[in-house]
Order: sequence, then C-alpha cells, then structure tokens
Amino acid sequence: MKGTNLGEFEELVLLTIAALVNDAYSVAICDELEKNTGRSAKLGVVHAVLNRLEEKGFVKSKLGEATSTRGGKRKRYYTVTNAGKASLIKAKEVRDNLWSMIPGMALKNI
Amino acid sequence: MIEDSKHKPPRWAEKLLSWYCKPELLEDLQGDLNEYFQRNVKAKGVKRAKLIYIIDVFKFFRLYTIRKPKFVNLLIQWIMIGSYIKTSGRNIVRNKLFSSINIIGLAVSMSVGLLLISMLSDIYSYDKFNEHHARIYRVLSRFEFNGDKSNNFMATTSIRAGQAIDEKLTGQEAVAIFRAGFEGDMSFDDKALPLRGFWANENLFSVFTFPLIEGDPNTALKEPFSVVLTEESAMKLFGSTDVVGKILYRNKDKAYTVTGVMKDVPRFSHMRFQMLGSLSTRAILLENEPREQAWDNIWQTWVYLLIPGNVNLEQYQASLDQLSNNEGKDLKNIHIQFRLQPMDDIMLGERLGNQIGQTMGSTMAWVFTGLAFVVMLSACFNYTNLSIARSIRRYREVGVRKVIGALSRNVRTQFLFESMVISLLSLVAAFGLFLLLRPHLIGLEADMQELFVLELSPMVVVAFILFALLVGIAAGFVPALHFSHINAIQAMKNIAQIGGAKKLTGRKVLIVFQYCLSLILIIGTVLIYKQYQYYLNYDLGFSSENIINIRLQGNKAAPLKKILNEMPEVKAISTSVLLNGLNDYWGSDVKNPENPQDSSFVFANKVDENFIPLHEYQLLTGRNFIPKAAEDAREDEVIVNEALLKRFNLGDKNSALGETILVEGNELKIIGVVHEFQYGRVANQTANEVMIRYTNREAEYLNVKIESTDLVGTYDKIAAHWKKLDNVHPFEANFYDHQIEESFRGLKASIKLAGFISFLAISIASLGLLGMVVFTSEMRMREVSIRKVMGASEANLIILLGRNFVALLAISAAISLPLTYWLFRNVMQTRMVHKAPLSYLDGVIAVTAVLVLACIMISSQTWKVARTNPAEVLKSE
Repeated sequence: MKGTNLGEFEELVLLTIAALVNDAYSVAICDELEKNTGRSAKLGVVHAVLNRLEEKGFVKSKLGEATSTRGGKRKRYYTVTNAGKASLIKAKEVRDNLWSMIPGMALKNI
Repeated sequence: MIEDSKHKPPRWAEKLLSWYCKPELLEDLQGDLNEYFQRNVKAKGVKRAKLIYIIDVFKFFRLYTIRKPKFVNLLIQWIMIGSYIKTSGRNIVRNKLFSSINIIGLAVSMSVGLLLISMLSDIYSYDKFNEHHARIYRVLSRFEFNGDKSNNFMATTSIRAGQAIDEKLTGQEAVAIFRAGFEGDMSFDDKALPLRGFWANENLFSVFTFPLIEGDPNTALKEPFSVVLTEESAMKLFGSTDVVGKILYRNKDKAYTVTGVMKDVPRFSHMRFQMLGSLSTRAILLENEPREQAWDNIWQTWVYLLIPGNVNLEQYQASLDQLSNNEGKDLKNIHIQFRLQPMDDIMLGERLGNQIGQTMGSTMAWVFTGLAFVVMLSACFNYTNLSIARSIRRYREVGVRKVIGALSRNVRTQFLFESMVISLLSLVAAFGLFLLLRPHLIGLEADMQELFVLELSPMVVVAFILFALLVGIAAGFVPALHFSHINAIQAMKNIAQIGGAKKLTGRKVLIVFQYCLSLILIIGTVLIYKQYQYYLNYDLGFSSENIINIRLQGNKAAPLKKILNEMPEVKAISTSVLLNGLNDYWGSDVKNPENPQDSSFVFANKVDENFIPLHEYQLLTGRNFIPKAAEDAREDEVIVNEALLKRFNLGDKNSALGETILVEGNELKIIGVVHEFQYGRVANQTANEVMIRYTNREAEYLNVKIESTDLVGTYDKIAAHWKKLDNVHPFEANFYDHQIEESFRGLKASIKLAGFISFLAISIASLGLLGMVVFTSEMRMREVSIRKVMGASEANLIILLGRNFVALLAISAAISLPLTYWLFRNVMQTRMVHKAPLSYLDGVIAVTAVLVLACIMISSQTWKVARTNPAEVLKSE
C-alpha cells in the first residue's frame, strides 16, 4: 500500500510523539523537534505531517483541556497506535540490519 | 497570563481561518496559532506577532485544511431557487405600491446608468481599428518662455519636430505627421467639391491602419502634389474609386495627382478627414516662409509615433528632451518641452489645447459618472429603506423558514435573489427608457453627435445585465443582512415588539442624505444656469445687435458688399478677419521699437474702416482708420487697448498717440486707444494686450448691420444674393448674438443634462418619501383612529403624521443650501474668469419649490389616513 512507509521527517515526528508520552500536542512537538534536531520545525509542516500520520493510522488523537494561552481552545493530544509502533520498530530494524552489515574498517575509511 | 490575553490576533484573520478551515481541524489550529501568537507578542512585539499570525493564516490555506463545499448545500440552494422565485413574485404582486416605487425608481436611475455604459463603451471603441493602437503615441508640446512652465501642453507640435524625430531618433518604428490646412475646393473638369483634410507624410499608412483601395500605401504620399482621397470623396467627385492618376485642381490653382483612394475614416477615429495631401508639397509651396520650419511653430501639426513594445519609454523621453535641447538652442528664452501621450488615452484624457478632433475629456466623463452614481444611489436607498421599513410584515415568513432549518446564509440568498429579480425587471423598463432617451442625449449638442453612436453590441448587453445584477446586490445587501439576523423564536413569538422603532434613525439618515444629494444637484444646476446667463449678458465692450456675420469662404469682399449695399435694410457693412467675443484667436509678435529685445505676442484683429463705428467700439482717444484706396498700400496705423500701452511702457492713453510699435517688420503708428473689450469668449482667459489693425485686402467675414422688422426675411434675401455670386459653397452666416450664445452651447448642453438628472434624482427621492409616508401612516392607523374617536381634528392628525418628515426635509435643506453655495464658490468658480455674483435667493426658491412639492405629497397621503372612518379600522380588531 502506498503511503504506509515512513518518511524521514515522519519518523522523527512519530518518535517525538512517543517520547513526549502524554504531552504530545502540536506546539510541544515542534519545540521538542527543534531542541533535538537543532533545525527549525515550522508549525505548518508539522501540522501537515501529523495530519498525514493520522490518516495512515500511525497516530490517534483526542482533544484535551483548554488554556488561556490558546485563546480558550482545546489542545489535540496525539498518541502512537500499535501500527505506528510496528512501523517504528520496523524502521529501526531496517537500520540496525544495515548498520550490522557495515564492516568496522569500511566505515573508518569514509 | 492576564497580560497575555491583553493582545488579540487580528479579528479578520481569525474569521478568515474559521471560514476556510475544516471544522474538525479548526479548534486545534486556532489554538496553536494563538499560542504562537502569544509567544511572539512577548518575543517580537505586538505588531510583528500580528503580522506573523496573518501570514500563518494564509500559509495554512492548504488542500487538507480547506473545507470542501458540501454538495448537499449546493443542491438545496438549487432547489430553493424555485421557492425564491415564487416568494419574490408573490411579494411583488402583494405590495403593488412598494414594488412599483422600487421598480420605477430603479428603472429610471438605471436608464441613466445604461446611457453611461453605452457612452463609455463608445469612447472605449475609439481608435481600436488601428492594428497597433496600443503602441501609437502622440507628441505633445509645451511652450516655455524664460523657463516658465505654467503653460499647458498642446496636442500639437512643429513640423520640424516630427521630421527631426524621424531623422535623428532611432527608438520609433515610424513617424506620422499631420499638418492642418489642406482643404479647399477640389475640382475635376467643371465639378468642384469643398473637402477638408490634412497635409500628411508618406509614413502615415505604416502607423495608422487606413487601408487603401487603390494605390500603394508606401509611396502614395511621397511625391509633391499628390492627394489621397477617401472612398466617399472619390465617389462624390468621380463616381468611381478607380481614379489613380487623375488630376485635381485645388482652389482652381495648383494641380494635384490622385495617388490613392483609401477606405473612409472609421466612425470611431479621433481624427476625421476627407483627403490627405502630401506634406512634401508644402516644402515647395512655402519654400521662402521662415516660420514653416521654425522649432517654436508648434500650433498646427500633429505627430504620431509608432513605438515598439520593447522600447523603454523613459529612455525615449530622455532622447526627446535631448533632441529639443539640441534643435532649439538657437531660440532665445524659448524652450519647447515634449511629452508622449498614448493614443488610447486621447479620448478620455486631459483637456489639451489644439486637439485634432472632438474628445470627451476626463472631466465630462467623471461628472456624468458622478451624476449617474448619485441617481443610482438614491434609487438603491429607496429600496433599502422601504424593504427594511416593511420588514415587519415578513418577519413571520423568515421565522418559519428559520425554524424549518434555513440558515442565515439561505435567508440572505433569498433576499438578495429577490432584489435581483426586481432589478432585472427594472432593467427591462430601463432599457425601454434608454431607447427613448438615446436620441435626445445624442441630439443634445452637435459635439455629442460627432462623438457618440450609442449602438448596442453583445458586449454592451452583457454589461447591462451585469450592471443590473450589481445594482440588485447593492440595493438588497442591507435588507438581506437585516433579515438574516432575525432571531427565529422572537420573530415567531411577538412580531410587534421587534422592528418598529428600531433602526428608525438609520432610515432617517438615509432620507436626509438622499434629499441632500438631490437638492445639491438642483441648486447646483440653478447656479450654473445663473453663470450661463451672466456670460450671455456680459458687457462685451461692443454692440453685437442685429449684425449678421457672413463667412466669405475665399470670396472677395467687394462684389458682395456692392450688392448688399443696395439693399435698403442694410445699414452698414464692415470686414474683419475674425470675430471678437467668440472663440477666435489670432495675433503676432509685437516689438518695442526703442528696444527690439522687448517683444511679446499680441492678439489682433484686422478690420476695415467701418468696423469700429459699426460695432460701436469706444475710442478713448484718437481717431478711427482712414480708408486707403490702393490695394498695395503699406500698413502704417494701429489701434490698441490700454493693456498694450502698459506692456510696452508707452505712457498714458493721450501721450501714447503717435508712438510706434513694430509688427511683422512694419512700424505702426498708434492712432487710437480703444476702451476695454472682450477679445475672446467671456468664459476664457481673455487676451490682455490687443491691437486692431487695418486692412483693405484681407477679409474672412463680412459684418452686416441691418435695420429691419423682418430679420429672417432679410437674412433670406442676403442668402439669395450669395447664391448668385457663389454656387459652390453653401451660405454660412449667422446673427452675432446667436453666435455668442452658440459659443456657450457646451455649457448649455451640460445645464440641460444636469437639469434632467437632478429632476430624476428629486423624483426618485420623492417616490421614496412617498413610500415611507404611506408605510408609516398605515402602521399608525389604529393610533390615528383612537385619537380621532377621542376628538382629534383632521388637521391635528395631518400635523402629527407629517411633522417628522417635514423636519427631515428642513434638515436636508439646511445642510444642502450652504454646502452647495460653498462648493460652487470654492470649487467651481475658482477656475472661472468672470464669476457671476451669487444670490441666495435663487437657491432658496429652488429648495422651496422642491419642499412645497414634497409637503403636498406628504399631506395628501396623511390626509387620506386622517379621513378614514375610525370605526372601520377599530372594528377589525
């Protein structure tokens, strides 16, 4: 099925959601991404990715509490679904596999 | 936290977001943007934060966020159209009075709008027949003396400028030159035909799209003594277009060879002519005329350039400036400034002197658009006002609709739809009026006939329909909003409580505004009329009574003079080269003999010895001219006005007698000083320095003073004598007084037009007022009946019902009267030369007339209500 693969940025976002556990909503995800990757994460981009991840069934969301900083609007919290977890593990396996295939010497010469 | 919420993102951006965003994504997105906004307020300041918010709102406009239009909604709208048509129809029929007020008002005002649209469409069609119309530019020039840049640009330039641009500049593709003055009687065998046209250079046909039926466009105007005829002139002269190579004589003098026959000049061309003569002819005819090639002879030549689209116009302008500096450097104190005007701007452009043909001018276009807009606005106000006033009767309908499930949107659509139905119905009536008014508008003035056809084309019809829909939306917008905001429950529960007094102030303001506009129009028209009368009765400084001016059209004065002198009705005859007090200007440079450097352009007329007594010019000192018998006698005398004495420091009027001035190389002795008179048209800035010169050879006009009880009969007799002398040219003569009146025909036409439109405006405003009076009176029927039962008299009731309206009218009068006078004095009259004194009486009379009419209308309606039998009304309760 097209679109079930994880893109690089999608993977990062998914990992961030998993890392933030119960506090994963859009603005927090942006901040966390910026902190960890050192590159600026635009809200628009993150939003689009979250939307896509939800469409693919890797995350699910529910509305949380409202705060005054948000003009009385509720936050949408994201959690990783089982499918999401599976694809993360799969992505990690692929990488580990590839890493293990590289002989130590070869990497040093690069 | 409290500090955070002090600043809010821009409301419109928030609204935009909630408008386009999917509901399920909206809340989250709004919250996120808000959070960022608050952060940015702290970090970057409020202004930046707001800007970022706005940018973000636009950035989020993406495929996945936007709301998909719901098919169901569209379907519902579609199905409901049938219902809307039905309800609109029923409503129109149910309220016949209101519907007819609306339809008549809209139709009348829309007919003005339709006239405007077709006029603008005509103007827009001008010159579009030229293949390269967008790339053709006209060279304008300005005469600057001693660096004085206050003169206006002229549409003309010099022949030399045209030729120099052609030879020395490279930016343009081709140069076309038109020189005025190629006209006269063209004769072939014994057939003669007076034709008008221009001298033109050979490249004319590469700039303009004038297809030739016969002849070669590249060479037709190359050789001297060539002439290109239009198809119509060729048919008239020869009865055929196959005439290349035939010889024509111009004024029985020089022979010209026909080198081409072109298709007639299209109707929508800003220049018209019947023939073109080759410009190279002039180089031979006027070889020894020094002014012909003068750099500052910028009055009679039009130059058009075809400039390729990739040329930078600023650079081209710079090269024109350079050219003017180089070529004109021999001229002392004089600089000719050039400017390019796109040909497409000519018809609606600024008012330039020396236009090649009729133009509409932007002022006229703006004034007419403004008037049409005012009338439209007035009719839309009527609709708005009456619909809202009547809205009480439809609250229940809207309530039911809303309860059943109509959204505000649907109600809005419904009412807009209704107003559009009414405006389309009005369009039909307006179109009838348009057809009726069209010939009158075109016939208003000769210039209008020249300019406009006002024919319908598919484009114009589409514009009409779009216009009607636009009017419908403009008229129905406020009522639609009003209805869509109705609360369904309230509307169903108690109708009488809402509506009523609410929003009454808004309606009153509209009525006052409407009446103010109409009154301003009317008072303005009256004031312009006063100004017109003032011009006509202005003391010109000479008598124009019972004088017939005959244009000699090339004939000698003596034979006609001899015949006319034998008529008993003719008291005196004089000759002149132009007519004073009209739009005729001519003159020459005058030098001070003491100091030849000191020279100035002076307006002049050349007359014979009878001119001054016949027109009763007053000589302050000195004497009239003494007739000279010899035809070749040297000119040596001149009569001047006091302004000229002052200009050349010639002392006062007595000591100046016997002094000389230098005109065209001749020393002329001042033999008389004439009392101040109007050389040009009263409305124009008149020439200050004027001289009257003597001639017994040159005459363009014969001024015939007649004394007769039957002026028309005398005129006819003179016409009969003319026919015997000259059967080529039709008799062209007119009474002087009539000519002066004619010179203001443009103003007269504007007064007629403004008068008509203000009449429409006041009629529409009155209709609206009538509607409001009828409505409020009906609403208070019960109250009136009870008062009557209690003993109120009819007079009391009429005053009770009418006084509010009368107060509104009084307010409008109090606003508009001083405002119009102020506007007229400070805007209109500032540019006028001879200002008519303004009396408030005229305005007061106009306003009173309007108000009396309105009061009669109000009282007749209220009287009807006051007279109703109270038992009839109260019975039904």
